[in-house]
Amino acid sequence: MTMSGYWRDIFVGAKSLITGLCITGREFFRPVVTELYPYEVPTLPARFRGHIELIGNDETGEPNCVVCGMCQRACPSGCIALSGEKAPSGKGRVLTSYMLDFTTCSLCGSCVESCNFNALRFSREYNRVAFDRSAFQLDLMARLKEQNLKEQNQCKP
Amino acid sequence: MNDIMANPLVRALVYMIGLIAFAGLNAAYLVWCERKGAARIQRRTGPCEVGWAGLLQPLADGLKLMTKQLLVPDGVDAALFRLAPILAMLPGMVSLAVVPFSDTLQAREMELSALLIFAFASIGMLCVLLGGWASGNKFAIISSARAVSQNLAYEIPMLLTLITIAFISGSLNLRDIALEQQGNVFHWNLFRLEGWHIITMWISFIIFFICSIAETNRAPFDLAEAESELVAGYMTEYSSMGYGLFMMAEYINIVVGACLTTVLFLGGWGCPFGLAPGWWWFALKIYLLIFTIIWVRWTYPRTQIYRLLNLSWKVMIPFSLVNLLITAGLVKFL
Amino acid sequence: MNLARQHYEETFVLNLGPQHPATHGVLRVKVTMDGEYVIKAEPVLGYIHRMHEKIAEQGSFAQFMPYTARMDYLHALAFNHGYCLAVERAAGIEVPERAEYIRVITVELNRVASHLLWWAAFLLDLGGFTPLLYAFDDREKVVDLLERVTGSRLTYCYFRFGGVCHDVDEEFITGTRAFIERLRKRLPTMYHSLVTGNIILIKRIKDIGFISREQCRRYGASGPVARGSGIDFDVRRHEPYSVYPELEFDVPVYPEGDSMARYMVRMDEIEQSLRIIEQALDKLPDGPIMAKVPRNLKPEAGSCYAAVETARGSLGHRLICDGGAKPYRLKLRSPTFSNLSLYGEVAEGMMIADALAFLGSLDLVIPEIDR
Repeated sequence: MTMSGYWRDIFVGAKSLITGLCITGREFFRPVVTELYPYEVPTLPARFRGHIELIGNDETGEPNCVVCGMCQRACPSGCIALSGEKAPSGKGRVLTSYMLDFTTCSLCGSCVESCNFNALRFSREYNRVAFDRSAFQLDLMARLKEQNLKEQNQCKP
Repeated sequence: MNDIMANPLVRALVYMIGLIAFAGLNAAYLVWCERKGAARIQRRTGPCEVGWAGLLQPLADGLKLMTKQLLVPDGVDAALFRLAPILAMLPGMVSLAVVPFSDTLQAREMELSALLIFAFASIGMLCVLLGGWASGNKFAIISSARAVSQNLAYEIPMLLTLITIAFISGSLNLRDIALEQQGNVFHWNLFRLEGWHIITMWISFIIFFICSIAETNRAPFDLAEAESELVAGYMTEYSSMGYGLFMMAEYINIVVGACLTTVLFLGGWGCPFGLAPGWWWFALKIYLLIFTIIWVRWTYPRTQIYRLLNLSWKVMIPFSLVNLLITAGLVKFL
Repeated sequence: MNLARQHYEETFVLNLGPQHPATHGVLRVKVTMDGEYVIKAEPVLGYIHRMHEKIAEQGSFAQFMPYTARMDYLHALAFNHGYCLAVERAAGIEVPERAEYIRVITVELNRVASHLLWWAAFLLDLGGFTPLLYAFDDREKVVDLLERVTGSRLTYCYFRFGGVCHDVDEEFITGTRAFIERLRKRLPTMYHSLVTGNIILIKRIKDIGFISREQCRRYGASGPVARGSGIDFDVRRHEPYSVYPELEFDVPVYPEGDSMARYMVRMDEIEQSLRIIEQALDKLPDGPIMAKVPRNLKPEAGSCYAAVETARGSLGHRLICDGGAKPYRLKLRSPTFSNLSLYGEVAEGMMIADALAFLGSLDLVIPEIDR
C-alpha cells in the first residue's frame, strides 16, 4: 500500500464512519415505523387470500355451488373434496359436503378462478393457528352455516 | 454513619455489596438500553411488553436463563467449561473496585490502579480462551484464537496511550489522575490547554476509545462472537446462565472501559462547566460513552480479523507511538 | 507415524450448515480448513429438493403455476413469467399489450424487492444489522403494493397463460410512483452513504472473491455475478422478451469481478428497475389483460425454450410437449445453481470470514438451486 493510500484510507475512512453515525443518529429520533401487531390489526387489501370459503345465496343462505367439480379438478394440490346429491326439486344438484385440506393448500386461487357460479371466494382470515393438523381440515359447509347464523343474529336487533 | 464506615471490615463489606449490585444492575439494564437503543435506531419499538416500556424485560430474561438447563455436551472439559463463565465475571467486578466514582466514593485507592485494570482485562480474555477451548467446538476454538490475537494487538496501543496520560499526570493512580483534571472542561486531559496537550490528547482519546471497543469485543470488532461466521464463537456451546454470565461479563467490561475512559480523559467526576463536582457527573459521562458504544455497534458492519490486526499494528501503534513522543516533548519543553 | 498423524491434524473439516446463520437456508458447505484458511470448500445440495420438475409432469399446464413461485421465493414473479413464456411459446398464445406492461411492472417491482432483501441479508452476513431493517422498511412498501395487485406477499401466483389474472388499479399506480420517488430519495443516504461508502464494508468486500470472466463462462454464471465480472449479458437486453425492447434501460456492468463489483451491479440494477417501472407506467395502455385461451390447454407436440432474467441471473425453461394436456418434460435451468458451482474453486485459500462474505455476494436462494 502506498503512503498516500494509507492517509487517504484513514481520512476517507474516518469521514465515512462519521457519516454513518450521523445517519443512524438521525434515525434514532424519527418515529417508529413498525406495526404493533396484536394491538394494531393490519388492513387487508381487497384481494387478500385467506383460505377459501363458500358464498351463500343472498336470500336463502344456501351455497351457490352446483357441484360441477371444476375447483376440485383445477386444484394442483388436491386439497378439495366435495360431494353432492340430486336436488329435491329434481333440477341440478346440491352440495352436501365441501372439505378443504388447508395443510396442503398453496393459496394459488385456481379454484376461485375456475368457478363459474360465484360459489367460492377467499376468506379474510389471516391468523389461523392450531396445535393440531386436524384443525386445518376445514368443513366449509359448516362454516357457511355459522356465518349465516351470525348474520341472522346481527339482523335481529 | 462515618464512624461505622471507618471500620475497614464494614467498609469493605458495604463496598463489595455495592459494587456487585452496581455491576449486576448495569449488566441487566444495559441489555435493556442496548435493545431499546438498537430498536430506536432501526425505528422499531424494542421490548415493550414486560413492564412499562419493557423495563422488566431484563428480569424476565434472567428468569428464563436461570430456569433453563445448563447443557454440558459430550467431549467437553466439564470443569473448565463450568469455570470459564464464572471466571469471566470476576475481572470486571474487581476492576470496578479501584474506579474513583467521586472524590470520596472509591472502594480501594491504589498506587497502580490503572495498571490493575489492564491486568484484569487480560484475565477476561483468558476466560474467553478457556471457554472456547473447553467447549471442544471448532467454531469456539477459532473464536478463542481470534480473541487472543485481538487482545494482544489492542493492549499495546492502549497501554501506549496510558503512558501519555501518565506523562501528563505523573501518576498511574486513577484518583490522582482524576484529581489532577478538576475544574472546567479545559482542565480535562482531552481538552487540556495547559501545556498544549489538546494537540495530542484527542488522538490518544480516539485510539483509546477504539481500543476499548476492541478490548470489550464489541461490534465492529466482535470477531470472537461473530454470529454470522462462527455462530456464537466461544459461547456456541453455552446455554442457560453459562451464556448469561458471559453476556453480563461483556456489559460489565463495557462499564469498566467507560469508567476508565472517563477518568483518564474526561475529568472523572468533574463538571464540564466548573459547577460542583460529584458522582452524578461521572455517571453522566460513562452513560454517554456507553450510549456511543451502542450507537457504534448498531451502525457498522463487522470488520475482518486481519483488517483488525492491520488497524492495530499499522495505524494505532504507529500513531500512539508518535503521539507518545510528541507528548513527551511537550511535557519536557513546555 | 506421528508425522503423518500430525499432518492430518493440521486441517479440520468444518460443517457450515445446513443450519448456519450465513447460509440463508439449507445449504451445507463442507469446508476443509487450516486454521482460519479455507483449503477446500464443497457445497452439498439436496436438503430442500422437492422434485418440482417431476411435479410439473403430473398435472395440467396450469396446475404447475403455483409451484413456480416456490422455487425462487424472492423473485417469484420472474419464475411465473418464465414458465408462462414457455407455455405461451409452445401453445402460440399472444399476450395483450396491457398484460405485458403489467407483467414488466410487477416483475421489476419484485426485482427491486429481491435486491433489497439481498442487500439486507448480505449486510447481515457482514455483521451489520441495522441496514437490514432499513431495507425491510422499503421492501415492505413493495410487498404491500404487490399484495394489493396479486393478493399474496411472497409466493405470488399472478400470471396466467395469455395475461395476468387481475388488473392494476389507479391506487397501485400512484402508490408505485410514490414508492419510486421514496426509494430514489433514500438510496443515496440510507444505502450508499451509510453502507456503500463505509470503509469497513469497502475493506470487507473490495478485492475479495475474485471471479474471472473465464470462470464465469466455464461455470455458466449469469446475472449480477457475470455482470460483476465484466460480461455484458442480460436476457432482457440480449434475448428480448415481453415489452423490454420498447423500454429504455442500461445494463450495469463492472469489470472488477470482486464482491464489490457484484454489490454495485445490484445497487445499480435497483435504479434501472425503477427507471423501467416508471417508463412502463407512463406507457401502460388500456385494453384487455387476458387473451382468449382454451381451458384445457393442449399445445402441439414439440419443444420450446424460454429464458427470462431473474434477480439472480438467466432462468431457462425447456418445455417438451407431446400433444397432451400435461407437460411431457419441463427442465429448468436455474441461475444460482451455476453461480454456486463457482464457489468451491473461488473460495479456496480464502479466510473463513471472507469466504462467507463471498458466499453472501453470490445471492443464493437455496430452494431454487435444489428445486
